[in-house]
Amino acid sequence: MSAVAIEGVWKFYGDYPALRDVRLEAERGACLALIGRNGAGKTTLLRVVAGFSRPGRGKVQIFGNEPRETETRRQMGFIGHGISVYDELSAFENLMLYAKLYNLPNPKKSAMEWLERTGLERVRNGLVREFSRGMRQRLAVARAFLHEPTVLLLDEPFTALDDKAITVLQKLLKEALAAGKTIVMSTHQLREALELATHVALLNRGQVAFHGPRTPEMVSDPGYVYARYGEG
Amino acid sequence: MGFFRQALVITVKDLRAEIRTKEAINASFAFALVILVLFSFAFDPLEDTTRDISGGLLWIVFAFAGTLILNRSFARELPNDCLDALIAAPISGAALFLGKSVANYLLLLAVELVSLPVFGIFYNVRWTTQFWQLMLVLVLGTWGLTLIGTFCSALTVNIRLREVMLPMLTYPALVPVLMGSMQLTMTLMAGKPIGPDMVPWLKLLAGFDLVFTAASLVLVEIVLVG
Amino acid sequence: MRNNILYGLGAAVILLLVRDINLIAGFPQEASQGAIFKIIFFHVPMAITAMLCSSVALIASVMFLITRNFKYDAVAVAVTEVGLAFLLGNLVTGSIWARIIWGVWWAWDVRLTSALVCWLLYAGYLMLRRAIEEPTQRAVFAACFSIFAFIDVPIVYLSIRLFRTQHPGPVFFTSNGSFPPDWTAAIFGPLGTLMALMMLATVLTVIRLSQEDSQRELDSLRRMAHAM
Repeated sequence: MSAVAIEGVWKFYGDYPALRDVRLEAERGACLALIGRNGAGKTTLLRVVAGFSRPGRGKVQIFGNEPRETETRRQMGFIGHGISVYDELSAFENLMLYAKLYNLPNPKKSAMEWLERTGLERVRNGLVREFSRGMRQRLAVARAFLHEPTVLLLDEPFTALDDKAITVLQKLLKEALAAGKTIVMSTHQLREALELATHVALLNRGQVAFHGPRTPEMVSDPGYVYARYGEG
Repeated sequence: MGFFRQALVITVKDLRAEIRTKEAINASFAFALVILVLFSFAFDPLEDTTRDISGGLLWIVFAFAGTLILNRSFARELPNDCLDALIAAPISGAALFLGKSVANYLLLLAVELVSLPVFGIFYNVRWTTQFWQLMLVLVLGTWGLTLIGTFCSALTVNIRLREVMLPMLTYPALVPVLMGSMQLTMTLMAGKPIGPDMVPWLKLLAGFDLVFTAASLVLVEIVLVG
Repeated sequence: MRNNILYGLGAAVILLLVRDINLIAGFPQEASQGAIFKIIFFHVPMAITAMLCSSVALIASVMFLITRNFKYDAVAVAVTEVGLAFLLGNLVTGSIWARIIWGVWWAWDVRLTSALVCWLLYAGYLMLRRAIEEPTQRAVFAACFSIFAFIDVPIVYLSIRLFRTQHPGPVFFTSNGSFPPDWTAAIFGPLGTLMALMMLATVLTVIRLSQEDSQRELDSLRRMAHAM
């Protein structure tokens, strides 16, 4: 059973199909990079996989379950465009909030552990609105990893990050892959993404234009996939 | 984790964030104060007139002031895309909605409880004579107000002109709640207890609260996830 | 084909209305109210048609949420708009009647007030639709609000009835029989005004429906063009 199976997914905005018959799979321990131009449907697809919006046709299965099932959501980590933490709460309070929502056995311990892993334990009682950009992003990473998800969905994870946050995130993602977790990410940062990716899918106007394992050519020339398969 | 504990986590989160900034609650109370003052120019604030329209006056103040709190409710989740993370978490839309509603409810009740003595002083009304019955009306009426308001807050969170749309959607829907609360409050302000002739209004309030609590808990998952 | 049926239905509506107006004009004047009483032949069926429209809107909204087929969303919005127009007609005729009989344009009585609140509720529905850009989200949110509005209508009516009552009571089908049977037939009969207005509502809804379909097609073409 694949970790993430996208089976013939269509998504409509009115009559306009933003996703057309998308079929993709990611095995346990795989990292699937979704690439494509703006408006190709990468974010839409990730939101459907995450269960934020329902597909018009087709279905998504995460370890054989629907995305909206409680059990699935417990296994899923999502990093979107925003940092998804509250400016008015402290770093610790933010992580405690999510730890409680995910019903972690020891919320305090998990929160402290992730503050430490993202280098925020010194400022744990500071309000997020006083944080620098980099600190906010690291907290966002801590928030997404807090409940030890087995499937990670990342929407443009490297775009807004500073160097330190990129380092933290890449280290975490490599560890996650090594531990057999599954990653699906959309990205423009081909170099960072292709280094991690085991598979690549190119979306073009809501359709899968290419899907296959990452090859050495792609790493040496990030424009290779586009040149070869896309945008004719 | 139980449904109600999840809702409680959300309530505590919303209240904590609100108490840190006091944005909504300050604005709401200041607004209530301004309307209370403005009303004194609209009519001669003599004891008799005031008593006659006290119910209407108070609930219009509450409805206006409440809108400011309700507008912030889901808008609070916008700046950092927090709503995504909440929806991704293993908590039902209904629990999320209930948690947010209860937070709004407590905030609005607080504004109302502070507005009441101010009203009493400005308009020389002895509002405490039927204190507990007044509290009952406040508790029932405000829940209806909050419930419809929070639901519409979820409906309008993503749209332009959010601040205008919310009252446009909520006030017509709230006619039964406002009317019932106004009638009951008027009687109580006149120092009379709720007699048998007023019981239908209490039933109406309770019924409205029940029906719409059920309806919103069923529908909110669709609103949040599509 | 669909258009031909529509034209046929439209022609039938016009014929029926001409026939009804002719018939109603021929009735003798009511003893106490005079000619203005005849407004009832349109006032009442308009209210009934509007109520039917809101029921259809409810069914269409629920069906949309179940099937996610945009046809139902189009039905919901079309029928709501038509219903609002009929409710407006009901309010205006009621208001004219009140001016002549009660001497005021507006009397805040139970049914007029309920009708006005309902009108505002469903006007809110249309405003909500206008404010939401993305078609799927618009349809879902609007459907939810429509269900809310429908649940609210009876409670609104109940509350306003508790508040005051000044409106003349229902005069149809009652045993004291102040309303002659041929007058009742002029409204509720198979060729009566109710049937005519319901057919008119159907025609308008179908026209609005095809507009809504074209609108959606246009919107999708525009998105397609942006995606190029």
